[in-house]
Amino acid sequence: MSTVLIIEQVLNGLQFGVMLFLMAAGLTLIFGVMGLINLAHGSLYMVGAFAAAWVAGATGSFLLALAAALAAAAAAGALIEVLVIRRLYKAAHLDQVLATFALILIFSEGTRYVFGSFPLFLDIPAYLSGPVTLPGGIQYPFYRLVLIGVGCVVALGLWWLTARTRVGIQIRAGENDREMIAALGVDISKLYTLVFAIGAALAGLAGALVGAIQSVQVGMGEPVLILAFVVIVIGGIGSIRGAFIGALLVGLTDTLGGIFLPELFKLFMESGAATQTGSALAAMAAYILMGIVLIWRPTGLFGARS
Amino acid sequence: MIPERAINAAVICGLLAVPIWAVMADEIFTITLTTRAVILALAAVGLNIALGIGGLVSFGHAVFFGLGGYAMGILAFHAQTFTPLDLGLVSVNGTKSMPVIWVVATAVSALAAWVIGLLSLRTTGVYFIMITLAFGQMFFYFTISWSAYGGEDGMSIYVRNGFPGLNTLVPIQFFGLCFAALCLALLLQWRLRGSAFGLALNAARQTPERVETVGLNPMRLKLLAFVISGAITGLAGALFADLNRFVSPTMFSWQLSGELIILIIIGGVGRLMGPVIGAAIFVALEHWLGGLTDFWHVWLGAILLLIVLFGRGGVIGLLTGKAGPHV
Amino acid sequence: MSDPVLATHGLMKSFGALVATDDVSIDLRPGEIHAIIGPNGAGKSTLISQISGGLASDAGRVEIMGQDVTALSTAARARAGLGRTFQISALAMEDTVFENVLLGVIGATAGAWAMFSPVARNRALAERAMAALDQVGLANAKDTRCADLSHGQRRQVEVAVALTLAPKAFVMDEPMAGLGAEGSKALTGFLDGLRSEAPILLVEHDMDAVFALADRISVLVNGQVIVTGTVAEIRSSDAVREAYLGAAP
Repeated sequence: MSTVLIIEQVLNGLQFGVMLFLMAAGLTLIFGVMGLINLAHGSLYMVGAFAAAWVAGATGSFLLALAAALAAAAAAGALIEVLVIRRLYKAAHLDQVLATFALILIFSEGTRYVFGSFPLFLDIPAYLSGPVTLPGGIQYPFYRLVLIGVGCVVALGLWWLTARTRVGIQIRAGENDREMIAALGVDISKLYTLVFAIGAALAGLAGALVGAIQSVQVGMGEPVLILAFVVIVIGGIGSIRGAFIGALLVGLTDTLGGIFLPELFKLFMESGAATQTGSALAAMAAYILMGIVLIWRPTGLFGARS
Repeated sequence: MIPERAINAAVICGLLAVPIWAVMADEIFTITLTTRAVILALAAVGLNIALGIGGLVSFGHAVFFGLGGYAMGILAFHAQTFTPLDLGLVSVNGTKSMPVIWVVATAVSALAAWVIGLLSLRTTGVYFIMITLAFGQMFFYFTISWSAYGGEDGMSIYVRNGFPGLNTLVPIQFFGLCFAALCLALLLQWRLRGSAFGLALNAARQTPERVETVGLNPMRLKLLAFVISGAITGLAGALFADLNRFVSPTMFSWQLSGELIILIIIGGVGRLMGPVIGAAIFVALEHWLGGLTDFWHVWLGAILLLIVLFGRGGVIGLLTGKAGPHV
Repeated sequence: MSDPVLATHGLMKSFGALVATDDVSIDLRPGEIHAIIGPNGAGKSTLISQISGGLASDAGRVEIMGQDVTALSTAARARAGLGRTFQISALAMEDTVFENVLLGVIGATAGAWAMFSPVARNRALAERAMAALDQVGLANAKDTRCADLSHGQRRQVEVAVALTLAPKAFVMDEPMAGLGAEGSKALTGFLDGLRSEAPILLVEHDMDAVFALADRISVLVNGQVIVTGTVAEIRSSDAVREAYLGAAP
């Protein structure tokens, strides 16, 4: 096992982690501010990917495709917030789960109706494709480095938004006391729609960016959604910082587990059985990590103590 | 308004009448559909004990459904290939006997429910929902990557397993077995609800602090409910696998966990016959809407949305005019 | 002087920089009503939670009948003889009055693991529940859902549930809260008679009730017991006057 492989895999893990963060940030923001569990967040990821693939196909521009993904996901988010989600803020979690599950069914089948069952493809533009040589002579795909960069920029941007801007102050106030900020004259329902749309746009961005390295198809959002849940459970629901740390942990665990666990088992098992046991265990690694964190801290790493 | 008892009796009669008519009219497919509804109802009865009485919003009940299915699949696979099943310390033979498979399926599911419950019940609310969901995914991905038993493709069992004294290959006889299992589970749920345990569990859903101050441990009550719940859903999984003579990782999918909750919501949360009515409607919709359009899930989604936003209490709530337990 | 039924020794709890209870040592003797009073934020609710087990103490001990229960859970403390009522009624609102009281009996008889026999038809349990309901005067409301009860009636159910436990000591968190004058008066009369059954540690804001009922009063200010004494002693205490009205000019 060479150092080059290890570095490559760590970078892959980081890339997966920051994409998970884009999903998890929206989920945790929406939960923190509105107390809502949104299963349909994966559908917004899918909407972003489809919008990007469609626009890229029509115009050939990757940047336009990204803009379309952001806009389409934000619009879809705002639309479902106004039509459905805002009736659920005070509802029981079971109702929220069911209603947003219903939205998944509608989004998935609706997308299948419009685009068909065959996957679409979104190409990495020429100026972002190809490998770059890192210090130490490691060849690594440039696009994946760009994804890591975008993820970090978004994380910084979110930190700036919540810590330094007027909207951020309103958001944080809303987490603590809805009546108070309503009394201060902030239009709370507009604020909620805005927060929901921001979360949706992040999911859409993730969908579009990942869509360029995987295929764009119906149902692509849910596996990511569930890992994003794992992320925010690990990080502590409502905490952006927790989401970031959790996302990197899950991204690294999932990626490195798949490579290294089979190798690890080969040290004391025969090769075929080791590969099988190792990869089966790797498939569960992120969830095992979550279990461990929860035994240690039932409200996650950065969650509020109850 | 119709009393709930009358609804319950009508549902049981209906479930018996449809296959009897189907036998007379030689509509084999209708018997299979009804069997499917009965098995899904059984799985949902299991979930209803945890969800409807205990208030545990488990979004991972497919775990137990899948474990039951794979218990059947693995035992029957070793029986049909005449290979021993290596359990580390001991090696056993597979089996094609339903009673043995059922015992194993319920025991394995109960054990898994106990472990998952111990971990998940440390948390409440949204955390509980997400953790049970994550456990479901964990099993889903495990079976996908576990190539010894078919991995992603699952595995087929060529001949339906046997039950002493019956010919399970005859659809109506297999239906009878499933129907009997459902009735037993309903009886169990009914007795549980009326027992001291049921009363305490129902109170633990509404006010765990109170349950503690009378000297009971709400977590233990919920854990036991979760174990019973998982065991019943596991049994349903074994039957479902036998109905299709096929098991695959989709039995562990989160969509299935979601559908089990939907069944209960359609019928009525916490009501004795809620899961049964829900399953009947679900299978009917699936068949009827699925025949009309390839995109029937859109309509299922729309119906579900309407129920959640406007019609809490499901069909039974609508018919009896009484709100059910609030979860 | 007889041994205390319930005692705390040096209980401490702080939340970050805020010290909620600071070295609280109080006791409850057989047959008495011991009231805890104090301004808002004095630490009364924290103290109740520490005693009943909802909140772990940073330091100090809680004893019931001389047995150290500090390390025990809420449920175990209830089994050791602590009958607690809540300030905000914690009843199963969807269930009937009878079912709520029956829950107490189930807890008291440790019978929650009977899973197949219909509990409502168990005569011994039902009689015990009805006896408690009779005692608080709610027997004829037994089939009413708790959600449909008045505020005062819910308070009575709270007490009835505690009664079914046949506790060694009652711990009551503001039982008069939200009751009208009539209701307070009736409940005061009832609690007066209850002390012969088991002593009551009473946290209460209603001073009329406290002065009418209490054998002893402890005043909690900023987490500390500043004085414990009889009604007369408290009425004439300068320290209490100062705590409630501010320092004398």
